[in-house]
Amino acid sequence: MNDQGLSSYFQFSNVDWGNMLTSTWETLWLTIVSMIVVAILGIALGLLLFETTDSHNPLVRLLNWVVALFVNVFRSIPFIILIVLLLPITQKLVGTIIGPRAALPSLIISAAPFYARMVELAFHELDHGVVEAAESMGATRWQIIRKVLLPESMPALVSGITVTTISLIGYTAMAGAIGAGGLGNLAYQDGFQSNNNAITLVATVIIVIIVFIFQFLGDLAVKHIDKRA
Amino acid sequence: MIEFKDVTKTFATKQGAVHAVQDVNLSIEDGHIYGIVGYSGAGKSTLVRMLNGLETPTSGSVDIDGVEITVLTGTKLREQRHKIGMIFQHFNLLWSRTVLQNIMFPLEIAGQSKAAAQKKAEHLADLVGLAGREQAYPSELSGGQKQRVGIARALANDPQILLSDEATSALDPQTTDEVLDLLLDINKKLNLTIVLITHEMHVIRKIADHVAVMEDGKIVEQGPVLEVFKRPKQAVTKRFVNEEVTPSLHDTTAVVEQLVAKYPKGTIVQLTFHGDQAKLPIVSEMLKQYGNLDLNIIEGNIHQTQEGAIGSLYIQITGDPADIDGALAYLQKLRVETEVLNRE
Ligand SMILES: Nc1ncnc2c1ncn2[C@@H]1O[C@H](COP(=O)(O)OP(=O)(O)OP(=O)(O)O)[C@@H](O)[C@H]1O
Ligand SMILES: [Mg+2]
Repeated sequence: MNDQGLSSYFQFSNVDWGNMLTSTWETLWLTIVSMIVVAILGIALGLLLFETTDSHNPLVRLLNWVVALFVNVFRSIPFIILIVLLLPITQKLVGTIIGPRAALPSLIISAAPFYARMVELAFHELDHGVVEAAESMGATRWQIIRKVLLPESMPALVSGITVTTISLIGYTAMAGAIGAGGLGNLAYQDGFQSNNNAITLVATVIIVIIVFIFQFLGDLAVKHIDKRA
Repeated sequence: MIEFKDVTKTFATKQGAVHAVQDVNLSIEDGHIYGIVGYSGAGKSTLVRMLNGLETPTSGSVDIDGVEITVLTGTKLREQRHKIGMIFQHFNLLWSRTVLQNIMFPLEIAGQSKAAAQKKAEHLADLVGLAGREQAYPSELSGGQKQRVGIARALANDPQILLSDEATSALDPQTTDEVLDLLLDINKKLNLTIVLITHEMHVIRKIADHVAVMEDGKIVEQGPVLEVFKRPKQAVTKRFVNEEVTPSLHDTTAVVEQLVAKYPKGTIVQLTFHGDQAKLPIVSEMLKQYGNLDLNIIEGNIHQTQEGAIGSLYIQITGDPADIDGALAYLQKLRVETEVLNRE
């Protein structure tokens, strides 16, 4: 029987470091894979939203409306409910509802709309004069996207994906608690359910460190690409 | 040759129809610097933006060298736009690109190879006086330097026309003059037509050869700068002309050139009289002293300014050089500001 007092947090002899390492990798893998997919999907959706606002074409308006609805709905569903809601779909898509891969669909579907809004906002905040200058030079819409919108809003896009990734790390932990593996799973099953507080503490510290690292890297990247100051 | 024919633009807004441009007819010859002046909301930008299709007229036609711009769409319109450079009040540079990359931008858009674009951009950076600053980012440049990048960028695809929408309005007077000198220089070197929007008289006087005055969407007066300003007919034009507190030809290169072309002989002098001097018979005294000189009055006017009356007189003096020198010295002795604009 383990001691239940405060000192229980520091009984590191109970920590299985091999397990801890595996879980850390699972969390990192989940975070990075979903971050990449969310970045691509979010930019595509954000761009779609941005390009279809204020259109005079009724079909384009409808598209904008549908995408906006999708984004708004999935952004407002609490993550823990979304996972449960998506269980049958996950089962179909991934073939299992257990393990890190099973967490991917819900992670992506909850974070991509969140990021898409940030992307759209970043494009709206660009100085319209620059877009107009490109138009006056005879740029195509696609050239404007590639050569103006994306590079000029890059600092906002990167800081947006940093924030999104950090909430993704939080989501992976939540997903872990219901069986998706990773540090959240370890903290919940081996830590909380087995009365092994030291494992919970170590898992927490590692998650905090991961968050710090992502924040640091994001800030560094923004600092490097932002030439405005 | 640019031709606006019966051009009208009406915007439908929630507050009702806005008649931004109404029945404008205007021709601009190749190689001219055409100024369009008017107060805010007069419709200057709307009019000029029709030249590169950023705005389409509600009715009427806009024609550049026989090409009807208003009907162009898609690739045709984009190709036409390559031939028209534009500079803006707030420069509209890409902050994520260096000076050189900004100048390369329109070349990339036009599909030029990277190597060719870079070579061209280096040359243009040189032309606008930015040699050595090619690797700087816009945030590291002064306003005047930013506009130089804007000008170089606008020239990248060898346009025939340069549109300038308040390009100096965000700059201080000194920098404004430098940028205007650059535009004048480019106009000469490249024989480029420049259409220049401004609300500052000074800008028109300094570089424009022709001017159109706009008010409420209409062109109320147009013609050679000297003529329009010498005899302003409309109230707006008069207001613009009188806005200039000290009417000095000092920096009005284009106007001086027109005068010189018209009066190639002798010496052209600008005299400026302040306050009570304007009431004295100074010029006739001077003629009495130097009886061998011939004098021809080109233009004269008196402005009421905050500091009192200021008279300015442009005269052409012909005769013996020694006598001319004497006459000028005499005027200076009487504390009349004299400025020799041209000497045979
Ligand atoms: N896209 C638009 N929609 C509605 N009204 C417009 C639009 N663009 C311009 N206008 C209106 O048309 C009129 C002329 O505007 P324009 O920008 O051409 O004036 P301007 O002479 O360039 O003024 P400024 O010196 O302030 O730039 C104004 O009343 C303006 O509000
Ligand atoms: Mg304007």
